[in-house]
Amino acid sequence: MRSVQKTIFEISKKGRKSYSLINDETPILNADDLFDKSYLREQDARLPEVSEMDLVRHFTNLSRRNHGIDNGFYPLGSCTMKYNPRFNEAMASLPGFEESHPNSPEWVSQGSLKIIHELEKFMCEIFGMDAFTLQPAAGAHGEFTGLLIIRAFHEYNGDTQRKIILVPDSAHGTNPASAKMAGFELKQVASTPGGLVDLEALKPHLNDNLAGMMLTNPNTLGLFEKDILDMTKLIHEAGGLLYYDGANANALLGISRPGMMGFDIVHANLHKTFSTPHGGGGPGSGPIGVKSHLEKFLPSPRVGIHLDKFTLLDLPDSIGRVKSFHGNFGVLVRAYAYIRLLGPEGLKRTSQIAVLNANYLQEKLKGKYNLDYDTRCMHEFVLSAERQKEECGVIAKDIDKALIDKGIHPPTTYFPLIVHEALMIEPTETESLETLDDFVDAMLDIDKTAHENPDAVLKTPMNTPVGRPDETKAARNPILKFQFE
Amino acid sequence: MSHPADLKYTKSHEYIKILDGNKIRVGITDHAQNELGDITYVELPDVGAEYSINDPFGVVESVKAVSDIMMPVDGKIVETNAALEDAAELINEDPYEKGWLIVVEMNDPSQLDALMSKEEYEAQL
Repeated sequence: MRSVQKTIFEISKKGRKSYSLINDETPILNADDLFDKSYLREQDARLPEVSEMDLVRHFTNLSRRNHGIDNGFYPLGSCTMKYNPRFNEAMASLPGFEESHPNSPEWVSQGSLKIIHELEKFMCEIFGMDAFTLQPAAGAHGEFTGLLIIRAFHEYNGDTQRKIILVPDSAHGTNPASAKMAGFELKQVASTPGGLVDLEALKPHLNDNLAGMMLTNPNTLGLFEKDILDMTKLIHEAGGLLYYDGANANALLGISRPGMMGFDIVHANLHKTFSTPHGGGGPGSGPIGVKSHLEKFLPSPRVGIHLDKFTLLDLPDSIGRVKSFHGNFGVLVRAYAYIRLLGPEGLKRTSQIAVLNANYLQEKLKGKYNLDYDTRCMHEFVLSAERQKEECGVIAKDIDKALIDKGIHPPTTYFPLIVHEALMIEPTETESLETLDDFVDAMLDIDKTAHENPDAVLKTPMNTPVGRPDETKAARNPILKFQFE
Repeated sequence: MSHPADLKYTKSHEYIKILDGNKIRVGITDHAQNELGDITYVELPDVGAEYSINDPFGVVESVKAVSDIMMPVDGKIVETNAALEDAAELINEDPYEKGWLIVVEMNDPSQLDALMSKEEYEAQL
């Protein structure tokens, strides 16, 4: 199994091509005669030269090394790696969508504009908000957009001194990054021993400098912030806005709505919660929803209705465009198809099964792995490999590597930071009981091997082309392009 | 793991070595470097910058995590360890000597009294 594939540069052979441009009709021109020398390369670009078959084989073989949701179980916590239904793909491939052009005039784009308009309405209904924009192209992009709206709101009110954004210590890493990018200062809020936001820790920050707070609910420990109403009340009384990170929304569909919890701004990840492709298979989509008092700040143009036709509207107080055209439109069609396919009852069932699956795994695994926050979880939970580390010298990373050999993608590891040796597991609703049981068996088997023969775990993975790359060397001295001799 | 008895410690895993006058040298403990794993990058403050106690003054990035490093006292940065720019691994190899991070001129040396001894630090790990 150990065979490292050659790079495309290594299989390149000078002069090997899979095309010929020589024919009787096309004149051969010299670049030197057409362009000024300053625009021309001094040396030819060293592009790989391969036959068509070599090219196809090369990339087909590389793609086989990939692990995606179509290959096997992918319990990456907070990432919601759920199955992407083929129905979505079929709908997005309809010629009217696939061959539409964003620069087409409105009168030929009514169907596409209708999809945008209706999807915004669906999102409003699901999240309990008054208006949505579908422009942002990813979760973090949505966060950034939401924070620009917070900034625009305070500037509009003349509260330019409101610069502080609060973020819990269990927050997604993108939260502080987005806040910083949007020009805010950050204050971290500690969690209680039970893993929830500590209301007392909020209180010192409730003053005229507070811009808002970013919160994920359920949080990254997979726990529901049950004090959420008290929290939103405190923040609002201090003049701040509440931002909902929708990464974990797969726990709530049809059950609870961030709008009811008091959030002013939410983002949703269509590539998580609404089953569009995720990660390298993207692109993503991170729509932003707001309550009515913030609607005028949403990115423009907005899709509206004028004389019974869909049309694009500009908003004078808008923060402006955050993405070219209308966001990743193909992704929007997939999410629209998913919502229409499942309907309100189906979406609710989605969250119920996602939460049930997570609790099933948590119960099955908590005997052998530490569970620092031992309570009913939502759609995900966080184990700790602290016991394996102490008893056998096997750390969370080693458990991940052993899982790879069993054909399972590792869970989110070493996050959230408040759990040592964290393994954050999110099975999603799309996995069967049999797949969940296979995962339990794999995890229990790794624990058993770790105790009986830790070296066997430390040697994994054995079934991959490369075992354990030198991560430190890769981080300290990265070589990011092919080194020609 | 070793935590020398002549140093002071913080809950957030910085150690403090008391130098002459009002100066202290700050780094991260052997326990901290061990928990972080191989350190790949360090971001240190500018000399002359002033910080309050518990302000993050720098960042340590390892293959596992990115962590803020906190000021143990109020004070001014008077020196930073330039060797770490090309060799962050010094923090793993020798956290107390070659892997130090900054030298601080303290505003109020009495703040040192609140820091932990070796025994107190190890007891709370």
